[in-house]
Amino acid sequence: MSGGAAADRRAAVQQSLSVAAATGLYAISFGALAVSAGLDLPQTAALSLLMFSGGSQFAFIGVLGAGGAAASAVATAGLLGARNGLYGPLVSPFLRVRGWRRAAAAQVTIDESTAVSTAQPTREAARTAFWWTGVGIFVLWNVFTVAGALLGDALGDPRRYGLDAAAAAAFLALLWPRLGARVARVVAALGMAVALVLTPLVPSGLPVLAAAVVAIAVEWLRGPEDPAAAEPAAGP
Amino acid sequence: MSDHALTWLAVLAAGAVCFAIKMVGHLVPEHWLAEPRIARTSSLVTVALLAALVGVQAFGSGPGLAIDARLPALAVAALALALRAPFIVVVVAAAAVAAALRALGMP
Repeated sequence: MSGGAAADRRAAVQQSLSVAAATGLYAISFGALAVSAGLDLPQTAALSLLMFSGGSQFAFIGVLGAGGAAASAVATAGLLGARNGLYGPLVSPFLRVRGWRRAAAAQVTIDESTAVSTAQPTREAARTAFWWTGVGIFVLWNVFTVAGALLGDALGDPRRYGLDAAAAAAFLALLWPRLGARVARVVAALGMAVALVLTPLVPSGLPVLAAAVVAIAVEWLRGPEDPAAAEPAAGP
Repeated sequence: MSDHALTWLAVLAAGAVCFAIKMVGHLVPEHWLAEPRIARTSSLVTVALLAALVGVQAFGSGPGLAIDARLPALAVAALALALRAPFIVVVVAAAAVAAALRALGMP
């Protein structure tokens, strides 16, 4: 990483906007599916504003659309949102926010904002990435939820434009520089394997949570030796 | 209670639950997080999180898994990264490869 703080911040903004565009547009599918699951437009829009967690939202409308009880829709959404609770401790040390800003930060604490921000080389770049990714996805997610609910699938499948591949490539690019240490490569391989094995078996959102648990288990099984193996990049 | 009101109640309750979960994570006391071991763990959690997101984004398909135009697109992205291409080039190249292959009829 060269070019100083301004270059780090520019790179963070660019990465954030790429990820925000590649993931935010998926809200078209969410809006269309929510309406076909029986929700009206205000309910669909409220879900994206208040819940703002893709896995939880798709599961919520999935349960309701299949005729499930409201209480089980709420429980499923909460279960899938559990991983977002794990992300707060990762991002709060570099965000250092209080009051309403902390509530705003909590609301945009999701897979993508956590992944892009904690992958940055400095705390400043991490802060920049967190807010640009989080707020960028929040804005696009809510706009395209309404667009999807109003227009259905008329806007077309985001996959036609390769947006799903773009999101995968963005995460790979963020992962790439962190694979230097052997333990990181092992954790990356295990995390991806666990997520893929679980994907057909459990609701979306849980495979990513399981991968995070694998990383915690590896670190705690490894014991306190070998302190140089995993260098915290943006962490404390 | 009407179905419509019940759905509203569920929307508001689920939104509150999901927000509360996120907020609890932000309220973990900072001195708990200052331990070096926690910092190393969080660094590894980031690696696992990114790797899982790569896997799910590249192979996830509805409730299952699929190999489709995303795999060659991801291979091109990896090649671009190995050649030290800038982030935006990596992302745009992957999207272009997947879009082109799908235009040619690949799933």
